[in-house]
Amino acid sequence: MNTLIKSLAGLGLGAALTLTAGTAMASGSGCGTFTNADGVDEHLACSTAPIDFTNKGSLQNGAKIFMNYCAGCHSAKYVRHSRIAKDLEIPPELVEKYLMVTTDQIGDHITAEIDPEIQASWFGAAPPDLSLETRLRGDDWVYTYLLSFYEDPSRPWGANNLVLANAAMPHVLHNMQEELSQEEFESEVGDLVNFMAWMGEPARHDRQVIGFFVILFLLVLLIPVYLLNKEFWKDVK
Amino acid sequence: MSMGKKLMHWVDARFPATETYEYHMSKYYAPKNFNFWYFFGVLSMIVLVNQLVTGIWLTMMYNPSAEGAFASVEYIMRDVKGGWLIRYMHSTGASAFFVVVYLHMFRALLYGSYQKPRELIWLIGMGIYLALMAEGFFGYLLPWGNMSFWGAQVILNLPAALPVIGDGLAEWVRGDYIISGITLNRFFALHVVAIPLVLVGLVFMHIVALHHVGSNNPDGIDIKKLKDKNGVPLDGIEFHPYYTVHDMVGIVVFFICFFAVVFFFPEGGGFFLEPPNFETANSLKTPAHIAPVWYYTPFYAILRAVPDKLGGVIAMGGAIAVLFLIPWLDRSPVRSIRYKGILSKIALTVFAISFVVLGYLGATPATPTATIMARVFTILYFLFFLLMPFYTAIEKCKQPPERVTGGH
Amino acid sequence: MSQAEGVNVQRRRVLIASTAAIGAAGVAAVATPFVRSWYPSAKAEAAGAAVTQDIGSIEDGQMIVVKYRGKPIYVVKRTEDMVAGLESVKPLLSDPESDASLQPEYCKNPTRSLDPTVLVVEGVCTHLGCAPNYRPDVGAVDLGGNDWYGGFFCPCHGSKYDLAGRVYSGVPAPLNLPVPEYGMDGTILTVGEA
Repeated sequence: MNTLIKSLAGLGLGAALTLTAGTAMASGSGCGTFTNADGVDEHLACSTAPIDFTNKGSLQNGAKIFMNYCAGCHSAKYVRHSRIAKDLEIPPELVEKYLMVTTDQIGDHITAEIDPEIQASWFGAAPPDLSLETRLRGDDWVYTYLLSFYEDPSRPWGANNLVLANAAMPHVLHNMQEELSQEEFESEVGDLVNFMAWMGEPARHDRQVIGFFVILFLLVLLIPVYLLNKEFWKDVK
Repeated sequence: MSMGKKLMHWVDARFPATETYEYHMSKYYAPKNFNFWYFFGVLSMIVLVNQLVTGIWLTMMYNPSAEGAFASVEYIMRDVKGGWLIRYMHSTGASAFFVVVYLHMFRALLYGSYQKPRELIWLIGMGIYLALMAEGFFGYLLPWGNMSFWGAQVILNLPAALPVIGDGLAEWVRGDYIISGITLNRFFALHVVAIPLVLVGLVFMHIVALHHVGSNNPDGIDIKKLKDKNGVPLDGIEFHPYYTVHDMVGIVVFFICFFAVVFFFPEGGGFFLEPPNFETANSLKTPAHIAPVWYYTPFYAILRAVPDKLGGVIAMGGAIAVLFLIPWLDRSPVRSIRYKGILSKIALTVFAISFVVLGYLGATPATPTATIMARVFTILYFLFFLLMPFYTAIEKCKQPPERVTGGH
Repeated sequence: MSQAEGVNVQRRRVLIASTAAIGAAGVAAVATPFVRSWYPSAKAEAAGAAVTQDIGSIEDGQMIVVKYRGKPIYVVKRTEDMVAGLESVKPLLSDPESDASLQPEYCKNPTRSLDPTVLVVEGVCTHLGCAPNYRPDVGAVDLGGNDWYGGFFCPCHGSKYDLAGRVYSGVPAPLNLPVPEYGMDGTILTVGEA
């Protein structure tokens, strides 16, 4: 009877936790609602961002795109250029020559040397710092957002966004989208978001690798510990 | 005599080293039938040590000012070698602490570990629980993220609900007209120094009180009633080595679960590290859903269930306060749920389910349906306690055995 | 209830030993991030990065000070006479061959430098750390008259060094002034890396 009660309680606990976690994740990464051609409100499902920190080529391309298109307005003030060189396996001289746009010291952070108040007067809101954007909004959200700009003459800069209605940000990647096929454009944006995910948590990949060995070690440790326990408890009748 | 023995003789003549070790470990006779529920005491101590060590290290690198706090956390995550691991061990540890403490408390409810002569152990434990909730509350402001700010804002409105003294009290706690760097500085001192001292002191007292009367067990019977010719309880075994090696297994299994979270899910699906906290505190930008961290949500649900602000505060406080009274509400002649009647079994099951459901409701927005559910489960939560003097007195219990059952 | 007969003591010893050994490895592993966190962080590394300075415009006999890792680095443009004096002063020195002092291997030479006309040396007295004064005035009366060939004088406790940073005998300082790792690329001096 007790076991039954405890099992039910355990099941209930497990169900409640899964439900809650599921709800949290769904509400956290919902990619907005938009009104479709028939005038019906539709939920936009997030596209999955292609995150892979072992793909150095993708991260390097993403870093290039970030510096060219984003760093003019957005800072990434917790990210050091020297860390980009180290983790993305780019020689420091190349980082200094091609990827440093606002500083000459490789140890410095990525700052946008521009007054946020002036930016607020141009755009309506100051462009946020992007160091942690993917942790704040979710990798998939940022990816879907960058792919969801559309023409809207009623907006001050001519573009609106399905994921973030009336976004203050102009469609900065507009020219890139015009020049490339849809597939190529998605690939470029994927590289950019991969880089932004790296910026959000550079240790992400390493932590998973180390974690594998830690769990493996603990499983190995469990063997003598378990046998030691069984051995001593032979004394207890 | 060996060097080691000589050294111990010298020390023992001046300090009760061997005597203390024997009293608490090698000659402390614990019941031999401890089960799964008995791991959570030692696991609580392990997590406490984890929080203290990782916490001390974080204090070396953290900047407790409104201007520098958020950036210093990112400094720890990125610039300090191994800093990200220390940070994740601390944040995961905070949640792990409440998981093990709640399960530890539930064990006491299951086996009547709060009944005479262990009422004081329970009261000290409740003191630890209160200190732990305060520790979590103060600690959560320190990263100075947007949820840190707004969560504290909401909770500090609770004392403000008190009539007459409320607003003055809230301002006194804040040290400012709004939550600011001044609040952050004092919460830092409380979180790093004051409450840890209180916690360590209370844990020490908790264990001393336990060892003074001896441990309870899943059958709830008193093992000291039947002793052998040497005065050793027939159902007792030495804590060391039997429970030291036994607890090692539990600790390793716990570490597997703990480090799996640290290395693979440190954000805990948004429950351990919440997304809005990845941007800095902004008094002009409220997050879409403000909820306290998951371990406070049952009480938050009770707070919101009551339509009146002051009433909600009283209900929430009452929900915690009533736990202190359990040793005197339980009129059962037996300790353990194994031998209590069907009424207690139903009541405890309903209580456990209510606590979990209230926790879920507290974490999600207060829709009309959710509010009705919260009210129902708040009532069920309180009924567990308020009806206890009656159902424990009238129900038919089973006769507990003379000797313990189960165990190994 | 303690051990009865039939207890496999050997097995217990083996299990205790293996648990202890693997456990010790675990303790070392857990200690690693805590110990590593004390090493200079990326912030310290950035602040302590090598410093470059164009020394093309320093005049003969002039000294400039460059800051590297919080320490003053003295850079002296030595004249031919100054370089010649380095030989004459040797009998007065405690360690003229720089055997005991700190310098890169490419500076273990009579002028303690890459280029004889440029001295790069840490302005930190090897006695108790004060910053010595630059006294290029040969024959200065307060510094020993004919025994003074120009160099550095520490005001704190009176230690004297020559124009290659080598310490005089009979002064409190035990060692020659340290020479940091440095490199020259034309007139660009980089302190901190060769």
